[in-house]
Amino acid sequence: MFDKMIYLDNSASTRLDEKVMDAMKPYYFDTYAVATSEFGYSMGIDAKEGLEAARGIIATSLGASAEEIVFTSGETESSNMAIKGVVAALKKKKGEHIIVSKLEDFAVLNTAKNLEKQGYSVDYISVDAEGILDLEELKSKIRDDTALVSIQHANQEIGTLQDLDAIAKICKEKDVLFHTDATHSYTRVPIDVSTTPVDLISMSAHTIHGPRGVGALYIRKGTPINKWMDGGYQETDRRAGLENIPGAVGFAKAVELVTEKETEFLTSLRDYTIERVFEEIPHVTLNGSKTQRTPQNANITFHYVEGESMTLHLDMRGFAVSTGSACFSRSLEASHVILGIGGDHERAHGSIRFTFGRYNSKEDVDAVVDAIKEIVSQLRAISPLYNK
Amino acid sequence: MKFPYTEKVLEHFKNPRNVGKMENPDGKGLEGSPACGDMVAVYLQVNPDTQIIEDIKFESYGCASNIATASIITELAKGKTLEEAKKISWQEATEELGGLPPVKAHCSVLAVEGLRAAIRDYEEKHGLVSEQEPTTPDVLRSRLKHVMNPMAGLDIIRTELVTKMEINDGVVRILIDLPSNHQFAANIKEEVMEKIESLWDVKEVNVVFTE
Repeated sequence: MFDKMIYLDNSASTRLDEKVMDAMKPYYFDTYAVATSEFGYSMGIDAKEGLEAARGIIATSLGASAEEIVFTSGETESSNMAIKGVVAALKKKKGEHIIVSKLEDFAVLNTAKNLEKQGYSVDYISVDAEGILDLEELKSKIRDDTALVSIQHANQEIGTLQDLDAIAKICKEKDVLFHTDATHSYTRVPIDVSTTPVDLISMSAHTIHGPRGVGALYIRKGTPINKWMDGGYQETDRRAGLENIPGAVGFAKAVELVTEKETEFLTSLRDYTIERVFEEIPHVTLNGSKTQRTPQNANITFHYVEGESMTLHLDMRGFAVSTGSACFSRSLEASHVILGIGGDHERAHGSIRFTFGRYNSKEDVDAVVDAIKEIVSQLRAISPLYNK
Repeated sequence: MKFPYTEKVLEHFKNPRNVGKMENPDGKGLEGSPACGDMVAVYLQVNPDTQIIEDIKFESYGCASNIATASIITELAKGKTLEEAKKISWQEATEELGGLPPVKAHCSVLAVEGLRAAIRDYEEKHGLVSEQEPTTPDVLRSRLKHVMNPMAGLDIIRTELVTKMEINDGVVRILIDLPSNHQFAANIKEEVMEKIESLWDVKEVNVVFTE
């Protein structure tokens, strides 16, 4: 039924790669034992080997060692674990202050808000008009009682990339732990923990054609972190709960399948989209940075029209995109990201996010730009704000 | 393909009726909600003798529900007298459209308010409005009937989200039975402020959440 659907919402989630499915299958049908059964029967040993091989692949991709990787259920769990685990460990030693950016995804943002309600103090660092963090403000907000700084690597909506090196070095100098949510950059924009002194990294499989419900947290050796979810002793007693071995294996396969060539191709789709829109449609604004941007993200505001109307028209023509419009969100609030970069409701109202993946082509871009060109002019014709 | 709207909503969204700007309208209403961002303009041409709406047009800077409701409302209002048209409610419009998702109710309310604003504009221009009345709890109540509870798709008065309304020397205090960190708290607050602040004798509005 969706044969002709052109899916351009790859930061929401991606289509699974068949090769990932093939890698996962044996761990559902043949080697389905749990890893902790290794002393009981040989299938447990095979399962554990599969899990550890996957761990090794994730570790290598970051320049980390295998014991620094903990598998989780995804970005949300990884970020909860990093923040709640570290603040609990440092409550008495350091204090009850944390720092995040204003553009964080909900996993970090709502964790911070929850801690605030429990009596922690939280500083939300501003960003400039492109979404780039104010490093001076960050420096000035770090205190003696700061337990953790959590700043995303790449933004989920506007694709802005932070200077991870610079942030990590500031934190290192001030002797504060640094967590980054790298869900939207992982494998597309390299991170090397042997040169960048970041302490914790959240990752997710589903944004790179891997399975849903699996992710990982990198924890630098020696980082004080409490277990935040009680249960069994899995993942060297750092994360309770049955290991998702097929998921971990699929995640590792997805990581292996990402190539530099493919990332360059996504960058070309992104640039071509922006180029065509700016050449052919008047009254548009690029949200985010031209240069410090993830390869897969183009986010553009089409002024004088509303985002949900655009996405519905696009949907009826077989395209899937998303918007930062309040009308699209479940909380009826405009995107905190667009408001955070100094945009107003109007800017969020007409914003469309195109995010590209493995199964997109240049033809897809041509088709969606052709469609949106017509849709925007049709909607502007009925807009009271547009001067006809 | 599957859509979150009825076929009638989609039909009006795709082919909105009575759309466009009207030159020299007899009455014009522009309503917008900063919380949602949607805006709607309604233009009227009224027969001064019969008070019948002879022509009506709308423009929308809004989502699908907003466009579809504005479209159906122009159909409902055309040919009616001003008094009859005033009685068109968003419930009626929503029913006519075969229903809307509850969370979208406020977008459709905006279209109804656009029509009412246009009628009020006509009445003001033609000396049909009486003296300004002081704001009473009843006035507050009728205003707040236009603020939607997005969980229910009904207004916050009817769903008993408003537990207290006070007015003292132009200072209004509205108590809402929701925690301040509720998913819709910020949105409801903004809409309440917007509806009350514009009253001529109101100096200050305080929206207080429980907890």
